[in-house]
Amino acid sequence: MYDPEPSSGRRVAWPSNGISEVPFRTYTDQDTYVREQERIFKGDTWHYLCLEAELTAAGDFVSTTVGEVSVLVTRDAERTVNAFVNRCIHRGNLLCMGRQGNVKKFSCMYHGWTYDLTGQLTGVAFEQGVQGKGGMAPEFRKEEHRLQKLRVEVLGGIVFGTFSDKVAGLEDWLGADVVRGLTRVMNRAPTLLGRNTQILPNNWKLYIENVKDTYHASILHLFLTTFKINKLNMPGGIFINPDGGNHYSFAKLDYEAETAAYKDEGIRAESDFRLQDRSVVESVDEYGDGVSVQILTVFPGMVLQQVRNTIAVRVIRPRGVDRTELEWIHLGFEDDDEEMTERRLRQGNLIGPAGYVAMEDGFIGGFVQRALQYNDEGAGVVMMGGHEAESQTFKASESAIRGFWKHYRALMGE
Amino acid sequence: MTDRDEQAVRIGVQELSGLYAEIIDEDRLEEWPDLFVDPCRYQIISHSNHEAGMRQGVMYAATRGMLLDRVFTLRQANLYEPHRYRHVVGPYRFKSIERDTAIVHTHFIVARIMHSGETTLFATGRYLDDIDISGPDYKFRERIVVIDSDQIDTLLAIPI
Repeated sequence: MYDPEPSSGRRVAWPSNGISEVPFRTYTDQDTYVREQERIFKGDTWHYLCLEAELTAAGDFVSTTVGEVSVLVTRDAERTVNAFVNRCIHRGNLLCMGRQGNVKKFSCMYHGWTYDLTGQLTGVAFEQGVQGKGGMAPEFRKEEHRLQKLRVEVLGGIVFGTFSDKVAGLEDWLGADVVRGLTRVMNRAPTLLGRNTQILPNNWKLYIENVKDTYHASILHLFLTTFKINKLNMPGGIFINPDGGNHYSFAKLDYEAETAAYKDEGIRAESDFRLQDRSVVESVDEYGDGVSVQILTVFPGMVLQQVRNTIAVRVIRPRGVDRTELEWIHLGFEDDDEEMTERRLRQGNLIGPAGYVAMEDGFIGGFVQRALQYNDEGAGVVMMGGHEAESQTFKASESAIRGFWKHYRALMGE
Repeated sequence: MTDRDEQAVRIGVQELSGLYAEIIDEDRLEEWPDLFVDPCRYQIISHSNHEAGMRQGVMYAATRGMLLDRVFTLRQANLYEPHRYRHVVGPYRFKSIERDTAIVHTHFIVARIMHSGETTLFATGRYLDDIDISGPDYKFRERIVVIDSDQIDTLLAIPI
């Protein structure tokens, strides 16, 4: 939470100008956390706001946060998507308590000030006073006041917003590679299968680093190796945008060979460890390109994943220097039949707070945070695959993590 | 069904529910799949997802094999900080009792006890049960675990 003490101006010291050594204090320092809210979350970055499918009718709204800041996203009568800060301009009250719904206008419960769906102030209770007495000062003009607006763009059915007036348009900012990765997964109209929020006992950066870390997967997550899944994985790669912060990694799978191998194994049963019910991993090549895993990140806190037939957006929301909300937004598509939905639900056991492949990611950041408690001098080493943040054709690399720090340092001025 | 038979069903259902909690809390998870018919439906889902008619939860099993895999994976393939639960179950609401089927909604709270001793309220909610009462051992056809909160602290390893 916000530190009421005046900032000491102390900055976290980086050991070099590079991005392959990361000071541990960046995960524990309160001043850094406050600065991140300004420079990163309210800075030159684009953020996930909601799905366009959640705003189908005029008046539909979604309440969300960008960093710690409460934001409303609406569809107005002209069918335009708007986003603005959820804070009445009068006395700063939270304007809308609801998480989602349909309204004609927003009315502040405190003094009844009202706003239209674009965030424009339209009504001030007792503006002319009562029986000719009181009322707003004569120079006050409703037309001159509106809720602080965010720029909004939609890509692949996902609504993005930014506080920045000067950051590039969404697609330029994402970079061509990441746009390609995003629109590959979101290539048709999505439907919402459900959502879950995990509370992580760690700094938000530890989670996004974990997502970008292709190195840990086969070591920390024993499920795939225990059951000898993904043994037919074919080489993948990592694409990183020039700023470094946005990326995607992918791996292909020979789906047909996998199906054949399982049938064969069923006869020979040579492995000690076999799944009793294979439906949790039985997947189809729904994109027709053989890619079975694609993990995409949008700086600072959005993930779009395809793990076999599980499609999900993950949103990372900082809630204090050592607390993070991770929301899983599970997706299907409008053209899914019942068989496909059931397949996605069964494979859903792989991901989320109870995920066979994702469970360890829930606690590992908390373990790091615990180890750093009053013990945060020095710097971590991020040198797998070199010192730079370039796209690579192999996955045993920390290149994408370095990309995060490249973008982070540029925005933070560190 | 006579009043006397119905009373026996109520007692049998409460026994099954008590056994379920005991098996989990006393770390006898290997017995957990035996409490379900095959195929079955076991799901942990948040109240808001369930209310909205959305189907994705946090844990799902549609067969006895999937239940066995969940237990095996907990024991062999997943890493998590050691902890256990304590379930408190009830009140029970018997929605309908027919010859082969009891539909029962039951409240629960689950405390999580970490290996360090730290004890927290981990989950509250309702079990929405469809119970096969045709045989001598009652079994779940369906147990939908509707948890009240959307938020899960750190991770959910052990079934609720």
